[in-house]
Amino acid sequence: MARMTMIEAIRSAMDVSMERDGDVVVFGEDVGYFGGVFRCTQGLQQKYGKTRCFDAPISESGIVGAAIGMAAYGLKPCVEVQFADYVYPAYDQIVSEAARIRYRSAGEFTCPITVRMPTGGGIFGGQTHSQSPEALFTHVSGLKVVVPSNPYDAKGLLIASIEDPDPVIFLEPKRLYNGPFDGHHDRPIQPWSKHELGEVPDGHFTVPLGKAAIRRAGSAVTILSYGTMVYVAQAAAEETGIDAEIIDLRSLVPLDLDTILASVKKTGRCVIIHEATLTSGFGAELASLVQEHCFFHLEAPVARVAGWDTPYPHAQEWDYFPGPARLGRALVEAMGA
Amino acid sequence: MPDKGPLQFHVPEPEVRPGDTPDFSKVVVPPAGEQPRPAVDAKPENIRDLAYTIIRVLDDEGRAVGPWAGSLTDEELAEGLRHMMTLRAFDARMQLAQRQGKTSFYIQHLGEEAISCAFRKALKPGDMNFPTYRQAGLLIAGGYPMVQMMNQIYSNDQDPLKGRQLPIMYASKEYGFFSISGNLGTQYIQAVGWAMASAIKNDTRIAAGWIGDGSTAESDFHAAMVFASTYRAPVVLNVVNNQWAISTFQGIARGGAATFAARGHGFGIPALRVDGNDYLAVHAVAKWAVERARLNLGPTLIEYVTYRAGAHSTSDDPSAYRPKTDSVAWPLGDPLIRLKNHLIAKGLWSEDRHKQAEAEILSLVIAAQKEAEAHGTLHQGGKPSARDMFEGVYAEMPAHLRRQRQQAGI
Repeated sequence: MARMTMIEAIRSAMDVSMERDGDVVVFGEDVGYFGGVFRCTQGLQQKYGKTRCFDAPISESGIVGAAIGMAAYGLKPCVEVQFADYVYPAYDQIVSEAARIRYRSAGEFTCPITVRMPTGGGIFGGQTHSQSPEALFTHVSGLKVVVPSNPYDAKGLLIASIEDPDPVIFLEPKRLYNGPFDGHHDRPIQPWSKHELGEVPDGHFTVPLGKAAIRRAGSAVTILSYGTMVYVAQAAAEETGIDAEIIDLRSLVPLDLDTILASVKKTGRCVIIHEATLTSGFGAELASLVQEHCFFHLEAPVARVAGWDTPYPHAQEWDYFPGPARLGRALVEAMGA
Repeated sequence: MPDKGPLQFHVPEPEVRPGDTPDFSKVVVPPAGEQPRPAVDAKPENIRDLAYTIIRVLDDEGRAVGPWAGSLTDEELAEGLRHMMTLRAFDARMQLAQRQGKTSFYIQHLGEEAISCAFRKALKPGDMNFPTYRQAGLLIAGGYPMVQMMNQIYSNDQDPLKGRQLPIMYASKEYGFFSISGNLGTQYIQAVGWAMASAIKNDTRIAAGWIGDGSTAESDFHAAMVFASTYRAPVVLNVVNNQWAISTFQGIARGGAATFAARGHGFGIPALRVDGNDYLAVHAVAKWAVERARLNLGPTLIEYVTYRAGAHSTSDDPSAYRPKTDSVAWPLGDPLIRLKNHLIAKGLWSEDRHKQAEAEILSLVIAAQKEAEAHGTLHQGGKPSARDMFEGVYAEMPAHLRRQRQQAGI
């Protein structure tokens, strides 16, 4: 076991995967010699050579399109899109191609690619370095969508994603790269070295896609969260004193519906939080599933706390970011209903 | 500079429209045999002229002339004719089957048969094509069973794609034919990626990407050219310029460039422009590019100058946007007739034998069609199970799809 940041854990996942399987290749903008703008691929080119870890032109459609061709050949590419905000030029390749190749060719060709991208805000990145586009991918049949919340999961989920026989969109909450973040931006930064989930095995292990984790057991209300919002939920539960059960979904597709339903049936209340914009966000899907399956267990309306339906602002970052105060109000309201 | 007044917006127009007399005076057709054949390791900057001419082998008398001649044996030429005749007969039957309501959609190759049929013969087993919807000659000339193609077109119970894909969007790994998307241009960069993978693994296999004149305007074309150039990928990048993107003439995608082939120059990719209706020229140029790729010399861009003699698809009526006699006036002729005349000129073929072969081929196509129709057509007979609709979205069916299948009651 070692202490790792989320960046080191992600790097370790690629290292372990490349070591075990000669078909795993890694490329993207700045990921080769330099090791990525967030340093997630640092040292991989030196260790595995330029043919397995290399720089790509600034062309997201090219990066993903080339990865699809490589996957058709038999490789297992793990590519980086520098920010989730830059993925849109690759959207056609992801939606019309990667997601459908297995289906439309009846298995003649498959697409085992992993597309990594830093997601979410909280770093004063403005509208082009802060977005959370997960719902644009969960809506597409044929894709898997993963969002880790800590170094241990990041490594285990990324190895599982690389080994998965289908395309995986791997969203890395960049505000969590160096430590957990609960939305209290005015407090000192906590490093992963002081967090139990910063303990990560050096070697190979996987965290299966489609299994949620209960981060805090509770009986009063269920909070459905993922990524950075797991820590916002923890802070809100602590600050309101409400005995919330906090579920970290870890993967949105496939979704661990059983864990969600068991919790909501137990607590009778459900508040959903995500950083992405509210309208047609993944929270809408979760709310719908919860009411479909738990209607007669519910004591209060299912509530959603999310980013406002505006572009991600710059100066107003903390007015936009759904922090513990906003979630706390929703929790209190859910309890009062 | 004189004052030219306010800005003016320019929208290119084709030479002629319905009711006009066809006019191909702007298609400069050089004499066959006059275009040089450089060594395969020629530097792209030294062969720039080949992007502005038309490489031709068959002359007006049906003779094979010049340095690009001689890439095929007599037997191979006869086989090539047979492939083109088969594709044409196949198209005619399937076009009719669509009109009879046996399938929803069809795309024919009329006038473009030489390109995919001849290109396939320049490849080796294991090479991979990333085709568009108008390269079924890759399958016909590759020996893929016609009945399988028809099963796919009919979406019947033997459809290898299990009814999931629009007719003619075939896929076969064994026959080097990547799954056709229907979204235009996406396959071009995928071909480059496949080729990069082959080089990464120190393999000997190469890839071929296919795109039409219209879709070169897609950003994926640019991405493919950049990646192919940067990583010197072992890929042949084919542009089939059939003059028409549904109703839009090629000038809308070409813009101010003289030719589509010339697009290669900015990327340092050797670019050749070839008579797409000349089976011999297509084969010779394809062979040159394939050899370059296999010798680790990198990508080649080839523009095939041809003419889409038929409609874009069964959903299109070209008389609404171009003269009805346009294809007759097309200066590069009919690829099938040109190869036939060549074989006759060589004393290898005759009108009688041609008629006989036509009848034989038609009976083979009809036999395949009967066999396929015994397994069903789109609205009659056997069809893929509705249950199968839920399979193959992922390697393993996730819980939400299992629930939906249950809900569907199938």
